[in-house]
Parts: sequence; structure tokens; C-alpha cells
Amino acid sequence: MKLLTGNDLASGAVTWWTGSGWSLHVEDAADVGDQGDSILATEEAARRVNAPYIIDAVATPQGPRPAHIKDRVRALGPTVRLDLTLKPADPAAGNWVI
Amino acid sequence: MGNLRFRDDAALDQPAVALSAFLDQSNATAVRLEPGEDARLLIPHLDRIALIEVAFPKFRDGRGYSAARILREAGYAGELRAQGDVLVDQIREMRRCGFDSFVPDKPLDAAVVKTTLERYDNVYQRAADAAVPVWKLRHG
Amino acid sequence: MYKYDQYDQAIVDARVDEFRDQVRRRMAGEMTEDQFKPLRLMNGLYLQLHAYMLRVAIPYGTLDSRQMHMLAHIARKYDRDYGHFTTRQNIQYNWIKLEDAGDILADLATVEMHAIQTSGNCIRNISSDQYAGAAADEVTDPRPWAELLRQWSTFHPEFSYLPRKFKIAVIASDEDRAAMRLHDIGIQLVEREGKLGAAFYVGGGMGRTPMIAPLIKDFVPIEDFLSYSEACLRVYNRYGRRDNIYKARIKILVHEIGADEYRRQVEEEFAHVKTLGIDPPVAELERITAFFAPPAFEAGITDSVDRSDPDFAVWLDQNVKAHKQAGYAIVNISLKKTGDIPGDASSAQIDVMADIAKDYSFDELRVTHAQNIVLPHVAKRDLYAVWQKLVEADLAAANLDLISDIIACPGLDYCSLANARSIPVAQKIAKRFADPARQRDLGELKLKISGCINACGHHHAGHIGILGVDKKGTENYQLSLGGSGAEDTSIGKITGPGFDEDGIVDAVERVTDKYIQLREGDERFLDTYRRVGFDPFKEAIYG
Repeated sequence: MKLLTGNDLASGAVTWWTGSGWSLHVEDAADVGDQGDSILATEEAARRVNAPYIIDAVATPQGPRPAHIKDRVRALGPTVRLDLTLKPADPAAGNWVI
Repeated sequence: MGNLRFRDDAALDQPAVALSAFLDQSNATAVRLEPGEDARLLIPHLDRIALIEVAFPKFRDGRGYSAARILREAGYAGELRAQGDVLVDQIREMRRCGFDSFVPDKPLDAAVVKTTLERYDNVYQRAADAAVPVWKLRHG
Repeated sequence: MYKYDQYDQAIVDARVDEFRDQVRRRMAGEMTEDQFKPLRLMNGLYLQLHAYMLRVAIPYGTLDSRQMHMLAHIARKYDRDYGHFTTRQNIQYNWIKLEDAGDILADLATVEMHAIQTSGNCIRNISSDQYAGAAADEVTDPRPWAELLRQWSTFHPEFSYLPRKFKIAVIASDEDRAAMRLHDIGIQLVEREGKLGAAFYVGGGMGRTPMIAPLIKDFVPIEDFLSYSEACLRVYNRYGRRDNIYKARIKILVHEIGADEYRRQVEEEFAHVKTLGIDPPVAELERITAFFAPPAFEAGITDSVDRSDPDFAVWLDQNVKAHKQAGYAIVNISLKKTGDIPGDASSAQIDVMADIAKDYSFDELRVTHAQNIVLPHVAKRDLYAVWQKLVEADLAAANLDLISDIIACPGLDYCSLANARSIPVAQKIAKRFADPARQRDLGELKLKISGCINACGHHHAGHIGILGVDKKGTENYQLSLGGSGAEDTSIGKITGPGFDEDGIVDAVERVTDKYIQLREGDERFLDTYRRVGFDPFKEAIYG
């Protein structure tokens, strides 16, 4: 599957295209199929996202899993500061990245 | 705002010729310098040049800043134009390097140009403009 | 320390206004990201993996307690309560909001700080010796010259769009504590026949193609300091490669045309530049130098230290260095306690360091390129009290220059350029060698980790270097041996195939075990390596 991701222009937070808007959680990300480029252009022009790009991902029961480790780190947060990630209560959250 | 010109004399109504053509033929008074070209080749001819247009195909390519200073340092007093991918946030540095006219690919916001050029009262270093570096102000 | 006058302050204040306006125009859609990016970078604002990152300049690594407290304030108010001290003696914050950037810069400007030129293809923060003004071996304090360069390079109109970033270091002793020859320009101040001058080394650097800067001019009279710098930069701006980002640093230009040809061009340009009157008058040099006069050291105070507390004695031996003034010492605060993230400090720790500096170090601190903090002027009679306060704040790790005093870039945990994580490797190595006695037995061993080829973690200059690479989507780590960023500058040699995260820790241990086996007398690891060569270690690693 293909996901569309970028950062919020004002806050810089990592965001994922959900099909109708942007979410902080990769679990909410929608498969954009071959529509990525056109959504990207519209959303970037409207400044609802900054520096967007399309990535490959795999559908899993827990939700989409980005194919590249860099995007998995983006989806979670720094593995060395789990307290600052989106899963602060899960001590094993870092393993998902690897 | 399209073109910007910081000169009182009348603009030259003549196309700028490429450096190689200029060096080959002697009657042109306007010449265009590409980023990789050596501004110093023009130094023997400065007294008959009215316009030097320095090309900025990409705003990130800063060779033209050195070219401009070299020309001014050699005493060139004619129009020195920055043409191409020239952004409003570069105008101040370009002015300091000696550019006195601008033909940007994309029009600049006049208000932003004005604010940008008026923002800094002080400079740290001597360049090709008349700005007095702060070390000079400190010690007279 | 240098203090701003009305002009310095006006320039920094104008910069706050300018950047606020640039951010406003970006947020309003008047600029694309492509247009905004070089502008925000020239103000140290990156878009990293999780948020914007702001790098704040700490010119030549020197700051006072008021500025240090401000760094803590920024961490608390705008970030997530911590900051990361970098190998360019700066600090960066990882969770900045674009909409806060103007306010942050305004806060910084109240304590004479800024983020000017902490990124971008321009002249970056000038780095220097963290022991400047305290070291016995310096011919002069290098910081006035670094400050002169700071002012000259700030918004230099000709050099704001260089082919690539440009890093300058200034030192003033034969012992090199600043990796001087691994800079685009490394300057060593020297004395000749009673006159001060500068040796210019040009074209060093790490990154993809590590190079040690050749000597371009052995003695530039100090009155030509800026003119010569300007000539060096102009030749680079005109002829540095712009066709390939990986070949755009000055080291490639100097390498391609040769040091002799580069020198010839610089000399020719210098002969012209020197006529332009860009060097400030002696009075300005004296004005700047006066700010760096030694503090009011007390004469005749005790030179002895009570070593009866064994933990204190260990720290004293490892982290405290000789000062030029009798009765005083240089204190290194390690930000590398086992398990720590190298270079990270919480706002509370930053505040504590500021307070200690105010009370015990003439209000002065330094940031080192090894991502530690220095209290440059501590009276020996106060060392025990300082140590106790550091212990309380968890800042008393006694491991300066030992294997756990690791330089590590933020790596893939934070950085959008990284290919692999650096910090977890640093943490695992520190844990493997956690036994303090074992570390001390290994002695000076500079281990440096980069998470990508850009080499922000200085791996090329590590006695042991580690480079994280992307191997078919997984993190892989290459080992190199024999690098040095000191006066005996050398580039490490890659051992062979890389390792996974646990494998690299094992490989490091095989190297240190081999060293223990081979060392003679009081040889450091690097000495043994240089004596016996690469092969015994390679054999130990790969069998």
C-alpha cells in the first residue's frame, strides 16, 4: 500500500493522510493508491501539510507499517526517548521500528 | 513589482550579449555573465560597458555575488543587473555586492522589498556598497 | 567574554524581526518550502524526523550563566525540557514549532544569543579550543580572533550562498583540542619573532570524503587576518564545485587543483583584497581582545586538593585538567554517564551547570566538540564542592576521554539524513564497558559514532569509529580504526564488512581486548594501533 506523510507546517509534527485529513497516528493512515501525487499537490498548496511525500507500507492487523525504518521512526518517535513517543507507556514500542 | 532599478540614469535599451560574443566583437555595450564565467575578463573593457547582466539560473548558486564585487572593485560604475532566480531575501546581499538593478523571474512584493532593504542599520564588513562597517563606527 | 555593544545588539534584533517576517510569509503561503528552506536553514531551523529542530549558536563554545540559564528556559518553554550539545559547540532543540521560532529568537537576543548561520551554505559558527584562556600551552587566547571572524562572517554578503557549508576553527596551541585540521579552514595562531600571526590550513573535513587540511600559509600577519580569510573564501565561492553536492566542499576544490595551485590563487586574490580596506584597525582588535582578559584570579591560593574521598579522587584524575594559573583547574563535566544520550542535558542540569559556573568559574562555561561542558576557571580549593554539586545533578561521570565518553550524532532517532541510529549503539557500548576500572585501564580511547556518511559524529577521527549505514533497509555498522582529531590528525581505516547493533558492540570489544594483549608500557590504544598496524586488529575482529 501507499501512504502519504509529511509534517504539520506550524508545529512540525509528523502527520499521515487519513483519506479526509491528517492524523498524528500512522494507524489512521489510508492507502492512497495512485492518488498520492494529486492529494499531495492539493494539500501542500493549501498548507495543510509541509514537505509531503509518498511511501510504501504494508498492511498489518495493527495498521499500516511503513516499509522504511526512517518512516517507522517518524511514526513512533525517538526510540531512545520512549517517554516522548506516541507510545510512552509501552516499554517495547521501540521494537516495532526495527 | 517586476523589475527593480536603483539608478538615476536612463536604462539601456540594448540586449546583453554573451561574454564570448562580447569579447569577440567590440561594439556591444551590454554583456551577460553566466555563473561559471570569469568576471575579470571584462575588466579591460569596463570603460565602454553600460550594462552587465549577471545570470542567476538558481538562487542557490552564489558565484554572481563574487562577480559583482569583483566588477565594482575594478571600478565599474555602470548598471549591474541580477537576472533570474532572484528572491526578495537576497536583494540586500546583492545590493551590498554592488548590484543596482534586478530582473527577477518571479515578481517581488514591493512592500517586502522595502522592509528588507531598510531592516538592518548596521553591517559588520566592508563590501561593494557605501555601508560603513561597525568597526569603523566604533573607532571613527 | 565578549559583550555586545549597541551595534551587535541592533544586528541581532534586526535578525529576529527578519526571521519573524520570513516565518510569517511562509505560514501565509507567500513562499514555498523550497524557497523558505535556505532561509530557515541560515537560521539553524531544520525540519527533522519528528518536528522542526533549532540549532542555537554558541560562538566558539563560550557562554556565561545568564546565557546558559536562557538555554534551559528555551528547553522548558518551547521544547521538551532538554537540549542537545553538538560537535560544533552549539546546542540544538528537537521539538520546535515553526510558529514559536520568532519568540525563541527574541528570548535569545535578550542574552546576546542567536541562531544566525548555524546551518545553510554559509560560514557556520566559529569553533575553538574549549580550554581557551585557561590552557598553559596557548600563545594567546584564540577567542578574540574567533570573535573577529564571527563578526566578519555574519551576513557576509558575498558568502551567503557558497557551494556548501563552511566551517572554521581557531586554536592557539600545538595541542589541538578542536580537530582544527578537519575544518574547511583551520587556523592556528602562532608567534614568530615576537609577532602574532596565523597558520592557515585549508580544505580539511570529514563527511563522505574525509581529508586532512594541508597547510596553505604558515604565517599570515595578524593585521591581514580577515583579508586572507576573505581571499580563501572568494576563491572557493568562485571555483568550488556546484555540479555535485557531494563534491562541493572546499576540500574537493583544494584536492582537485592541488594545495599549491589553491595557494597561488589565494595569494593572487589576497594581493587584490588587501587593497580594499576590509581589515579593521588595531583599535578594534584591542577592543575585542579586552573582553577576553583573564578573570580576577586570586594569587597565592592553595594548589593542593584533599583527595581523601576516593570517588572524588577518581573524578579529579579523569575530568580535571591543569590550568595556567596556580591554584586553579579546568573542570570537564561529562554528559556521558552510562546510559545517557551523548550531549543531551535536561533544563534542570543546564541550570545547575549555570549556577556552578556563576559561583565557582567566574561565570563562564564552555561547550566542547566532544559534547561535554567545561568550567574553565575553578579554584582548586572549590573542586570538592563543585564535584558534590555535580554528583547531586547526576553530572559527575568520571570518564573524560575514556571509551564511554562517546561522540554520537543524533542519528536515525532524530535526524532526517541518518541511515542508522547512533544513540542506541553508544548506549550499548557504554553499558558493555560500564565497569569504571576497566575503562580506566583501557585509558584514552576516543570512540565516535555517526549515523550517516555526513560524519557529524566525527567517526573518521575516532580512535575507534563507527558509521551507521543502510543495508537493504536494516541498520548496519561499519567499524574503523586509527583516526584522530588531535594534533596528530589521521583518518580511520574501515576494518571490513559491517555488523548489526549487537555485533558492532562485540567487535569493539574484540578490538579493545586485542589492544590490552598487544600494548606496551603506557601506550594508548592509538599508539599501539600505530605501532602494530591494522592487521592484528582485523584478524581479531574477523578471525
